[in-house]
Amino acid sequence: MPEPFARTTSRVIPIPRANIDTDQICPARFLKITDKANLADALFFDWRFTPDGARRVPPSFIDEPHNAGREFLLVGDNFGSGSSREHAPWALRAWGIRAIFSTSFADIFKGNALKNALLPVVVSAERLTALQALVAADPDGEWTVDLEAQKVTLPGSDSFAFEIDPFARTMILAGTDEIGYVLARLPEIEAWEAGHPARIDTLAGAG
Amino acid sequence: MSERPRTLVEKIWDDHVTASDPGAPAILAVDLHLVHEVTSPQAFTGLRERGLKVRRPGQTVATADHSIPTLDPSLPILDELARKQLAQIADNCREFGIPFHGQGSPTRGIVHVIGPELGLTQPGMTIVCGDSHTATHGAFGALAFGVGTSEIEMVLATQTLLQRKPKTFKVEVTGRLQPGVGAKDIILALIARIGVGGGTGHAFEYTGDAIRALSMEERMTVCNMSIEGGARAGLVAPDDTTFAYLKGRRFAPKGAAWDEAVAGWRKLPTDEGATYDRTIVIDGSALEPMVTYGTNPGMGLPISGRIPSPADLEPAARPDLERALTYMGLQPGAPIAGQKLDVVFIGSCTNGRIEDMRAAASVLRGRHVAPGLRVLIVPGSQQVKHQAESEGLDEVFKAAGAEWRESGCSMCIAMNGDQLEPGQYGISTSNRNFEGRQGKGGRSFLASPLTAAASAVSGVVTDPRTLPRVASQSTAVEAH
Repeated sequence: MPEPFARTTSRVIPIPRANIDTDQICPARFLKITDKANLADALFFDWRFTPDGARRVPPSFIDEPHNAGREFLLVGDNFGSGSSREHAPWALRAWGIRAIFSTSFADIFKGNALKNALLPVVVSAERLTALQALVAADPDGEWTVDLEAQKVTLPGSDSFAFEIDPFARTMILAGTDEIGYVLARLPEIEAWEAGHPARIDTLAGAG
Repeated sequence: MSERPRTLVEKIWDDHVTASDPGAPAILAVDLHLVHEVTSPQAFTGLRERGLKVRRPGQTVATADHSIPTLDPSLPILDELARKQLAQIADNCREFGIPFHGQGSPTRGIVHVIGPELGLTQPGMTIVCGDSHTATHGAFGALAFGVGTSEIEMVLATQTLLQRKPKTFKVEVTGRLQPGVGAKDIILALIARIGVGGGTGHAFEYTGDAIRALSMEERMTVCNMSIEGGARAGLVAPDDTTFAYLKGRRFAPKGAAWDEAVAGWRKLPTDEGATYDRTIVIDGSALEPMVTYGTNPGMGLPISGRIPSPADLEPAARPDLERALTYMGLQPGAPIAGQKLDVVFIGSCTNGRIEDMRAAASVLRGRHVAPGLRVLIVPGSQQVKHQAESEGLDEVFKAAGAEWRESGCSMCIAMNGDQLEPGQYGISTSNRNFEGRQGKGGRSFLASPLTAAASAVSGVVTDPRTLPRVASQSTAVEAH
């Protein structure tokens, strides 16, 4: 059951790269776990450490000392492309990331993120450029993401609205569980199934 | 509503909406749920915590493919985590009553290879799996897409998913492919054209003469990499090629049920006059073998081409290309053909089926791999393995100096010990060339089985059309 989430204020970690895929966010060798433990350590692992395991010099984005504790990422277009692994949003959340600003997100990643109350905030290309300039000029400025109001407030009280799937927004604000929502609709699903027999029986067909 | 001309995707969608609230996503019925060891454990844990059962175990099937070793299966699995994960999928399937094609089963294999070969994948179905390459099953005219672990839990618990309807994107590939050019080259060319985010929010429908002429296995190769173009799903309308492939397979309908099913499937293709949200037309007759040079599948070019230069791009686009070329250790302007290789990998859900094995064998028969090169050939399933062995292809590969393995995802995702070493160059028939995808620091070129096999012979990236013929070679390259 996700915790309700409405509003958070943080400084921003800029990562000026496009097409950041889920193999970068959480490399595949960390997918051998059977729980969700210790995934913060896996986040952007190969950006942070050399193949020999030494921390890179200079440190990679999230390892830069001044970025410790920051909850927002500002990234390039098409964030979260590639593999469907939910380990990517799990790792981001485990690190403490609550919202990501980009011009677009890959479909599967976006769905997975919303199910973990990790907000994909989609902005226009012009807005992204402006936000990148803002962070460059004011690297320690605090931004506030307000999901209830669908509004981002920037330092100096500048603000802008953002779009988000209204259903996901409702679920995140309430901390409601989607499985519970669907299970409550089971009578309708069963009625539909009565008129639509299963197309396959994987338990049969031994011959 | 049924009067309006509809696309294939819209028809399948309409057939599966069980309920929907205004403003909320539809509750979409799932016909077939494919499960593997890597993305499912936390979903089963969630079910246990809720005290729920798997609602429809008879519409669920599981296998082990991602973290499983491809070495002799009688050897112990040395990787503690992989061993535990593989034990857990077996335990979970036993506890929840899900049929499991696990280690030792003659029907084990990569989830996207076994679904079709068992006849589980059928036209008009909704099919999901905790794996982004689920789009493979779209080759049969099924709406098939990858999901995350929360969604796996949802499907296990309810046999439905909360979904919003995808937009539609028609990909028309016209004309006739030239000899030596195949399905992999079509999809790499599409992604190079539209970029890795080009299909976001859409489902592709592949149409046109070049698609119609493809075999089912080739169509699977095309649909498989839809996600690399940003689309969760990619479909080909079912036709006689589809039905001929399916007929007689273990889970395909039989007798009168078969005739009834085919009659229904013939109604699935997109209606005359239906419209798509987007369309692209690719001249199939103009395609060359394709190969990637960078660190995402959109960074691809014809094999006669040269590596692009950041100087030729818009300033804003330069840093990503510069970074990719630095990672790859490649020079702008250099020809992609002739780049040196350390490893060749032939396999994966993209190109690990029997026709791919035959294509590789057609090149390697009577030849030897280049000195110092490691060539790993991994069948997509145990059934593919046995078929290849019955045709003597394993002997062709071994005589050529290649390794022949048990089935699995292997070096496509490098979770099972099969991997590139830091700095190594590999040409791979798999689907992703992301940094580190095939092993920490490894550098991948994606290409077709013919191109990979030709490159295995010469030890450098090689256009399969340029290899001199050998006396014992069939005309497979020409006829492909």
